[in-house]
Parts: sequence; C-alpha cells; structure tokens
Amino acid sequence: MEFNIHSIVFLIFSVITLGGGLGTVTSRNLIHGAVYLIVSLFGVAGLFILLSAPFLAAIQVLVYIGAIAILIIFAVMLTRSMTRMTEIYNRQWSLSLVVSALLFVLLLVGIILPVWGPGTANAALQPSELVATTVDLGVAFVDGNQFVLPFEVASLLLTAAMIGAIVIARDRD
Amino acid sequence: MQECIDIFNTFAGCLTASGADPGLAQFLSILLGVVLVAMGPLVIVIFLIWVERKYAARVQDRLGPNRVGPFGLLQTFADALKLITKEDITPAGADKLIYNLAPIISVVSVILIWAVVPISPLHIGADLSIGALYFVAVGSIGTLAIMMAGWSSNNKYALLGAFRVVAQLVSYEVPLVFSLLVPVMFAGTMSMQGIVEAQLGMWFIVFSPLAALIFFISTQAETGRAPFDLIEAESELVAGYNIEYSGMKFGLFFAGEFLHVFTNALIFAILFTGGWLGPFVYQVPALGIIYLFAKGSIFYLLSLHLRNTLPRIRIDQLMSFNWKFLVPVSIANLILVAFLWKVIQLIGLLPGPENASDFLAHLPAAIIMLVGNLALTVVVLQMLRNVGRRAVAANAVSTPANAELDDQPYSLPVPH
Repeated sequence: MEFNIHSIVFLIFSVITLGGGLGTVTSRNLIHGAVYLIVSLFGVAGLFILLSAPFLAAIQVLVYIGAIAILIIFAVMLTRSMTRMTEIYNRQWSLSLVVSALLFVLLLVGIILPVWGPGTANAALQPSELVATTVDLGVAFVDGNQFVLPFEVASLLLTAAMIGAIVIARDRD
Repeated sequence: MQECIDIFNTFAGCLTASGADPGLAQFLSILLGVVLVAMGPLVIVIFLIWVERKYAARVQDRLGPNRVGPFGLLQTFADALKLITKEDITPAGADKLIYNLAPIISVVSVILIWAVVPISPLHIGADLSIGALYFVAVGSIGTLAIMMAGWSSNNKYALLGAFRVVAQLVSYEVPLVFSLLVPVMFAGTMSMQGIVEAQLGMWFIVFSPLAALIFFISTQAETGRAPFDLIEAESELVAGYNIEYSGMKFGLFFAGEFLHVFTNALIFAILFTGGWLGPFVYQVPALGIIYLFAKGSIFYLLSLHLRNTLPRIRIDQLMSFNWKFLVPVSIANLILVAFLWKVIQLIGLLPGPENASDFLAHLPAAIIMLVGNLALTVVVLQMLRNVGRRAVAANAVSTPANAELDDQPYSLPVPH
C-alpha cells in the first residue's frame, strides 16, 4: 500500500470515525456519548469528501450533526440522571448483542467478502468509470427512468412521519 | 507579465523550485490559503465590534467608544487585552471538556462559512459545487455550540437559553433554506461563484424580493439579534447560554456573533445583489472586494439598525411568526417562483448565455417575476389583515378591559 496524502487523510478520518464510535458506546455520561457520536458522524462526512461525494458530506453534516445529533442531545437533556450512569449495561444487553452480531455478519457477507474475500484477491479493484456530479444526482432523483419512484416514496414517508408527529403533539380539544 | 492562476499553485511552484518536495509544497501552500481565509474574518471582527458599538451609541444618543485612539478605533484592542488578562473561571459542576470546547466551535462554525465566500472573480477559499448547501450545513454547527455551552455551564439560565436556541435556530433554518433555494434555482448551481456570475445581467433581488426579505429575516433570527434575541434576553435569562463564561471564552462567543452577522450580510449580498459584480470588475478583479464589502456593509448596517431600534418579541410570537407566517410564505414563494421561472424559460424570454450580461435582455423576465412576487405579497398582506381584524374583533368582545394578547399571533395595529 502506497502512502500519499490521500491515504493519510483517510487514516485520520477513519480514526476519528472509529474513535468517536468507541467513545459513544463506552462513555457513561450520555451527553459525552452524544458529542462522541457527532465526532464520529463528522469523520464519516470527511470520508464522503474523500470519495468525491461533497453533496453527501454536506447532507451528513446538515442532517446528522445539525438535526439528529441536536435532537439526541435535547432528548438526553430532558432525561433524568443522565450524567451519573452507574452501569454500562442495561437489561437489554443480550438483545443488542444479537442485533449487532447480525449486523456485523451482514456487513461482512455483503460488503467485505465480495471485495476482499477468497477468489477476489488477485483481481485488481477497478474504480468506477462513472464520474457523477451533484447535477447528475439531482437529475437522477427526478428522472422517470432512474430513481423518481424511490425518491417520491421517501418523501411520502417523511411527510407521513411529520403529520404523525403533529397529530401526537396536538392538544385534544 | 507574471502569470497568476491562483495563490496556491504559484506559491507551490515557487517552493518546489527552491527545492521542496512537491507534495509538501502543495500541502504548505494549501495550509497558507486556509490560514489566510481563516485569519481574514478574525481581523475584520476587530473593526466590526467598533462599528457596532459606535452605531448602537449613536442610536441611543451617546458617543460610544472615543478614548482609545482616534474615534476610539483602538478600543477593541484594549478590550481584548482586558479579556485576556481576566481570571478564567470554570463554574463548579461544569463539564470541563464541553464547556471549553463550546466557544471554539461557535467561532469556527462562522469562520468555516468564509471558505465559500467569493470576494472577487479570482479569489475564493474553495469554489465548492455545493457552496450554498455548505453554508447551511456549517451554520447548523453553531446551534450545537450554543447547546453545548448552555448544558455544560451547570446553570439553569444557561440551560433555558439553550432550550430556546434549539427552538429558535432550528425553526428559522426552514425559511432560510427555502429562500436560499430561490437564487440557487435562478442560477442553476449551488456554487457561490456560479450564483454571483449568474447575476451579471440582473440581480436576483429583482427577480424575487420576497425571498430576499425572508432570507434577511431568517438570518437576523439565526444570529439571535433583536427582535429575535431571545436566546440571550438579559431581562429574562440574565445572559442566556453564555452566562457563566468569562474572559476570552466569552470574547469568543461575542466575536463569533458579531462576525456571524457580517458574514450573513455578505452572503445576502452574494445571493441577491450580485456579490462582487460591479463596473470594471473583470479588468481589475481587486475592485470586487470593494464592491462585495460595500454591498455587505449596507445590509450589515440595516441589521444593526433593526437590532438597535426594535423591541424583543415573545417566544410564542417568535414561533408563530416562523411556523404560521414565514414558512408558509416561503414555500408559496418557492412554488410560485419555480412555476414562473419555468414558464419564462418555455416561452423563451430568458436570455441565453451569449447576452448573459445584457441588462435589457433580462428586463421582460424580471418584470414577470417581480409582478408575480408583488401579487403574492399583496395576497399575504390581505390574509394578515383579515387575521388581525378577526383577532382585534374577538379581543374587543371577550375581554374589553384586560386585553389578553396570547391568542393573537399577529397583534400588530391593524387599520379598520
């Protein structure tokens, strides 16, 4: 593996992402956990930039750091005794162990084996010929031959979620 | 004649010629560029604080800073020295790491915006293809800094201020983004440089003054300035999220806020009034800096004037103003503008790239857009008037003596 600026930056962002993730699950202070989560999400945004996907990186910062992480912090602030956790594990640890093990296997089978698994060791990885810009992404979302249906379904889902939230929060009169 | 591509490549070339490793030379030159872009705003803020204090003083019939240096120009340096030499207090029970991190993130979130501010045809930190989106994304980090400061201070007033911040800043981001979409749609690009160049023939403020107004109001709320300064309402929250901060840490919040106001004024100038565009700017690109800062200063002073002359609104009024007025109007405006823009494109009124700088060629399109915007404004004002009338009538019937204003989102004086 050759060392250039690109791989050093990749290393830095990977450490940020993994370190943040580790901090998230090990800190006993939930606010610290949320801040570590932000660090980890920020590292992912950096990885998106390395992959020449600036749009995804900006959306990562906007949606995950700017909205979801703030929502998480807000929820934690409204929770009692959030900073004095005496135990790392709660009663659901066995269930979460199963889920995370399943997810790990899924990632291993779905992504890592086809690329680095046996039989693919000698085949050189071909970088994609397709160079997509933000304009291409925008066109792909509304083009009838590409992703207009998933895009609209996702929009509908989000709208339904929003209306649901309004209905729950509304005063009954 | 000396060839100039951009400062990075020239500097890197010089370093390589004097024997440095090419990779290292490039790294150093980019580092230099980053430092330059980041230092610029920090220098500007020293002057901005003086402008703001002087302006506030004039509005309040005072002299303002006038002792240190000519016209009190060096006052900020004296203040900075004072802030640095002050005792650095961390309150008992504060979360040290987050407490110390918050002011830094607050300033950095503003400085990061400067990376996509085009200050002349040649000079921009990074002309990202997603510049406008980057502006929104980076701006949302500022909310996080205030949340962290409010929570980690271990103070109920700070926490109350932080709660208000989430409600206010996250809400006002919605009309901000909707009005930001309008110039992006006109320009057909999210690149800041592209948005400026698309205004060669006609400024976008002419195409959609309503979007410009909504953007201006939203940025005023995003920076937490009066009439939206509820996040640090002195009379209710003492100082809000930054109550426990002292010394230079407080100074960082202070500088970050002042800088944010000016940065937003510059972004407004770039999105709606053509940024660095002006006479002879292509012959002498350095003129672009003057044009941009002149335009930005006008909106900055407007923002200062609003801050110093308007009273603070209540938190419920703030939220209803956003969700029941700004958001629907900005969505309606976006739909109307998109529709009209498509119609103009279809009937071929939009000038092509060959006469993009022709003012007269843009005139028919501008008139249609302007009339559409004005029609929407009239409709909105009429609806507001009806709501106001009903509120006044209901108020007169129910509680004639002790007027309760809680049910009236728009309790402005309404002509009968």
